[in-house]
Amino acid sequence: MTAAMSAAILGGLVWTLALSLAALPVGIVLGAGLCAMRTSGMAWLDLLAACLILTFRSVPPIVWLFLIFFGIGTGLFRVSPFQAAAIGLGLITAANLAEIFRGSLKAIHVGQWEAARALGMPPLWRLSDVIVPQMLRISLPSIVSYGIGLIKDTAIASTIGVPEIAFKASHVSQTTFKGLESFALAGALYILISIPIAMLSRWMDRRLRSRVAR
Amino acid sequence: MIELLEFWRQSLPELLEGFALSLRVTGISLVLGIPLGLVLALNLQARRLWARLPALSMIEIGRGASILVLLQFVYFGLPSAGLTLTSFMSVVVAFTWCTAAYTSEIIRAGLESVPQGQREAGEALGFTRADLLRFIILPQGLPVSVPALLGFSILMLQASSLAFVVALPELMSKAQLIGSNTFRYMPLFTLTAVLYAAVCLPATILVARLERRLSRHI
Repeated sequence: MTAAMSAAILGGLVWTLALSLAALPVGIVLGAGLCAMRTSGMAWLDLLAACLILTFRSVPPIVWLFLIFFGIGTGLFRVSPFQAAAIGLGLITAANLAEIFRGSLKAIHVGQWEAARALGMPPLWRLSDVIVPQMLRISLPSIVSYGIGLIKDTAIASTIGVPEIAFKASHVSQTTFKGLESFALAGALYILISIPIAMLSRWMDRRLRSRVAR
Repeated sequence: MIELLEFWRQSLPELLEGFALSLRVTGISLVLGIPLGLVLALNLQARRLWARLPALSMIEIGRGASILVLLQFVYFGLPSAGLTLTSFMSVVVAFTWCTAAYTSEIIRAGLESVPQGQREAGEALGFTRADLLRFIILPQGLPVSVPALLGFSILMLQASSLAFVVALPELMSKAQLIGSNTFRYMPLFTLTAVLYAAVCLPATILVARLERRLSRHI
């Protein structure tokens, strides 16, 4: 394992992180939308969102990426591998986050809504000042553990040519015939990225919890 | 439209053949991986750290490294250590490892849900450790993990699509192969997605229903 090989694989780290950071906001925004549809109280919106969530989750990520990159990308309009991966992983993230959001929404006591309304807060205020902060606190651990899973899932983007860690590792292994070291380093990198994130999440969770009286 | 249906009809038999292999490789990995997961979960209860260490490192690597990297490590990496496996064997090894790592956590949570008093009562009655496990802990702890294990199995079937990177001729490889011959990726991957969804979608609904039914009394 030479320094050049390690450097090449480490170079993929930027893309792994960039892809995760691109797919997560897509997932959060779309997931919030899906969650809003699920909890709207309108039966057809609820059903539509439930179907979308099920569909996004029932097709393997790699099939989504291929469908978007080779399917839509070569026909209607061009998408880069990175864009295709961000959209594909974003859709799956959205479906999973929507369910996480819905769970945390359910955990908020009805009294909170009623109190906010009794105080004469307009609907958007109620959401942004009362409900969402509590939702975030409840769902943060699940969001972060999903995020860690997402980082590992970005490895799938290597199959459509995003030059992230797994892609670099297989490139290095093909050129140097040192598959053992390359993939071991790649695996270790994924583990190493997730450790600080998990620690940060635990710390934030403790901090947020300590600020609310229970 | 007619032409598209004809294309689907032509490629379906080959895709189904691939899908059968996907199901087989997933099934084998689950059958091997879940018992191994139980062994790892039990091993984690060991009191001394050095006794826990092998299980702990196996779980952390299996869960921490991406399954794709794990698979490539086994298929492309192990040969340089003198161990060459066929693509089928590599997939089974990597997926069994991954299954064991994830299910050990699920099973551990199930076992921990058995109230401490049950264990104490068993000890008070003079059960040996093995009997305690067999007659008291496992019968109560394992059913709790069943919904989560089924949910994980669905995820593993989806993950089996990654086996195409080691050229195992499962569903995804077949789709890719036909696609590169005909350049009609869009209809092919759509059909592939439909096939996965045809199994995973009803399965997800059933698991959710089972989970609701089991938690009805809690």
